[in-house]
Amino acid sequence: MSAPIDMPPAQGPYAYVNAGIVDPSIGLNEPGGVLIQDGQVIACGREVMPEALGDVPHIDCRGFLLVPGLVDMRVFTGEPGAEHRETLASASEAAAAGGVTTIIVMPNTDPVIDDVALVDFILRRARDTAIVRVAPMAALTKKTAGEQMTEIGLLQEAGAVAVTDGNRSVTNARVLRRALSYARDFDMLVVQHVEERELAAGGVMNEGEVATRLGLPGIPTAAEVIMLERDLRLVELTGARYHAAQISCAASVELIARAKARGLPVTAGVSVNHLVLNENDIGAYRSFFKLAPPLRTEADRQAVVAGVADGTIDVIVSSHDPQEPDTKRLPFAEAEFGAIGLETMLSALMGLVHNRTIPISRLIDALSCAPARILGLGIGSLRPGAPADLAVIAPHHSWRVEAQALKSKSKNTPFEHRVLEGCVAQTVVAGHLVYSRSLR
Amino acid sequence: MAISDQPNRILSHSHLLGIDGLSAQEVTQLLDLAESYVELNRQGEKKQAVLRGRTQINLFFEPSTRTQSSFELAGKRLGADVMNMSVKGSSVSKGETLLDTAVTLNAMHPDLLVVRHSAAGAAELLAQKVGCAVINAGDGSHEHPTQALLDALTIRRRKRRIEGLTIAICGDILHSRVARSNILLLQLLGARVRVIAPRSLLPYAVDRYGVEVFSRMEEGLAGCDIVMMLRLQLERMNGAFVPSVREYYRYFGLDQVKLARAKPDALVMHPGPMNRGVEIDSAVADGVQSVISEQVEMGVAVRMAVLDALARNLNGGRRSPQGIAQPQRSSAESRSTFGRIEL
Repeated sequence: MSAPIDMPPAQGPYAYVNAGIVDPSIGLNEPGGVLIQDGQVIACGREVMPEALGDVPHIDCRGFLLVPGLVDMRVFTGEPGAEHRETLASASEAAAAGGVTTIIVMPNTDPVIDDVALVDFILRRARDTAIVRVAPMAALTKKTAGEQMTEIGLLQEAGAVAVTDGNRSVTNARVLRRALSYARDFDMLVVQHVEERELAAGGVMNEGEVATRLGLPGIPTAAEVIMLERDLRLVELTGARYHAAQISCAASVELIARAKARGLPVTAGVSVNHLVLNENDIGAYRSFFKLAPPLRTEADRQAVVAGVADGTIDVIVSSHDPQEPDTKRLPFAEAEFGAIGLETMLSALMGLVHNRTIPISRLIDALSCAPARILGLGIGSLRPGAPADLAVIAPHHSWRVEAQALKSKSKNTPFEHRVLEGCVAQTVVAGHLVYSRSLR
Repeated sequence: MAISDQPNRILSHSHLLGIDGLSAQEVTQLLDLAESYVELNRQGEKKQAVLRGRTQINLFFEPSTRTQSSFELAGKRLGADVMNMSVKGSSVSKGETLLDTAVTLNAMHPDLLVVRHSAAGAAELLAQKVGCAVINAGDGSHEHPTQALLDALTIRRRKRRIEGLTIAICGDILHSRVARSNILLLQLLGARVRVIAPRSLLPYAVDRYGVEVFSRMEEGLAGCDIVMMLRLQLERMNGAFVPSVREYYRYFGLDQVKLARAKPDALVMHPGPMNRGVEIDSAVADGVQSVISEQVEMGVAVRMAVLDALARNLNGGRRSPQGIAQPQRSSAESRSTFGRIEL
């Protein structure tokens, strides 16, 4: 595992037994246990039985699922610069409550994470204050202005796990081409927010009938598709590893599928929101549903769900973006984009498992194994020798989301008052129990 | 019909936020009530005591001389205490949010709040947070219900009906709250509605609103009973929607030649203010078919009717504002796909 996200290991052996183990990285989807010592997985699977453990303390997990801890590739925090919205500490508390053991934070802070010293700052703050692993993506261009590329090699050395301009797209094709070419030499992943900025300018929700009815300016799916098509051409030109941070519509799923079929080094993500919500959820101008990219039509939602199910879309992210009341309790058009999601992500997605739209093993792959693999982190697995990062899930425990009870500093959740089936019972990072929930 | 003959309750809603959600019966009753106020406004003694003791605040975040003065006059003629609040010089320009304003206003105990705002949904947001009746006087590109009602009243008085008429709405449909409200209202009352505009000024999927869409004036105006022109909203155009004003006038400006395609007795309407020589020729604007100044007259009567109707629903008391953290559940929400995984 790379140095930046090391956590001190817990001592002494202990085990979880009689759980339903779901770990696609080692092809497990069966009853079994996990034996942990010194912050690492010692054994995993059917052989970890209570009778074989002797004096080793163990926790009976009958009726629970046990999965590798989730790795969330897209988390915005307010640290540094807007700590009143979210700190690394509060984001990590929210992550732990959602079964997320590693958060990858975006560089869109104040100042922007575009310098070695700032990467170092994030890692030190995380080490001192966070209860889950934290790794930063650094900016792809200085100040995310889209003009001058950052010191990709030095940033990688300092601990940045990828480069991205976060919620800003690199619109200048020449700049992106050069950055992709340069990043390839370091095998550094380039992550892009796929949105043609000029075409999306002024838009606040999906362009379509609902926007017309509400009188709100729309963002067409073409804004995403045009940018994605252009980027794929540049990937073809440069051979760099490229990840589309969040796609939201049917046409993008098709593009990614075609690019993969042609052998391009391309991966894609989607946010939980785009998998379980659609533009109709905006209802009467509810600004907590104002997201970038915007919530699309039901047909688009179904297409991205199918994209996750068949593996075209590799990764699911929370796209956690804390916003305070001052930036959200405004008329829809004036409110900021973004919603929090770390704590509700897994629960919201369990609905897709319960209605048999996405198999549980694919879901855990998209939430844990795939992001770890794409970022080369050496986590996201319960294989012996791996760090003991895991989540225990109560798949049928229903709970009602109450924003005030969430651990994030900001409360802008689109799932307020929803009843979700499935929750995280325990979260473990490097063998330490960082979250435990009473289920009664 | 005399004012006293009107049914006590006209609107089933506490606010007038848009045409969307009104029934044909409610609209007809509002128009009937407005009709009686037209007669009152033409008398020497115009003052009524219908809103005596009531406080009406006109809260205008966007400048609008004619709508604001129309509401002011309507309130005063019905005996309300009317206060105008404009944004310039207010604390809103110093960074106060819309909801802060709502809290402040609430403390003044108004009964009727008339709101104009540049953001779609602003009136709805305020309505959730204040304890009085809210009237949307135009929110962004969303709705402008009293304009649609006054247009309908003008048409009904001139043509004696709305059902079965063919009505063309022409120009900047994309940015027009007037067009949205009119499309909803005129169809609700049985008219056939056409929209005529360059494609760059048409909202997405407007054809699915049950309107016929034309991009040539000559075709769209053929056989129309009503020609409703819209202002080319130059101030909202931060991108190039049309190549030039000159070209726009050539293809989409209403002149005598294009108007000749409509029925000989077709009425010409415009919500104002007009850009003469851009979307309408002066000769047409001032011609015999124009009912533009009559629209202004109907505006006062319609707004009196709306204020009256909403005041009846107040029942002497005040509504309770909703809690900040509990937004209204809408019908759209119940259609949510997410509902499927709720238990």
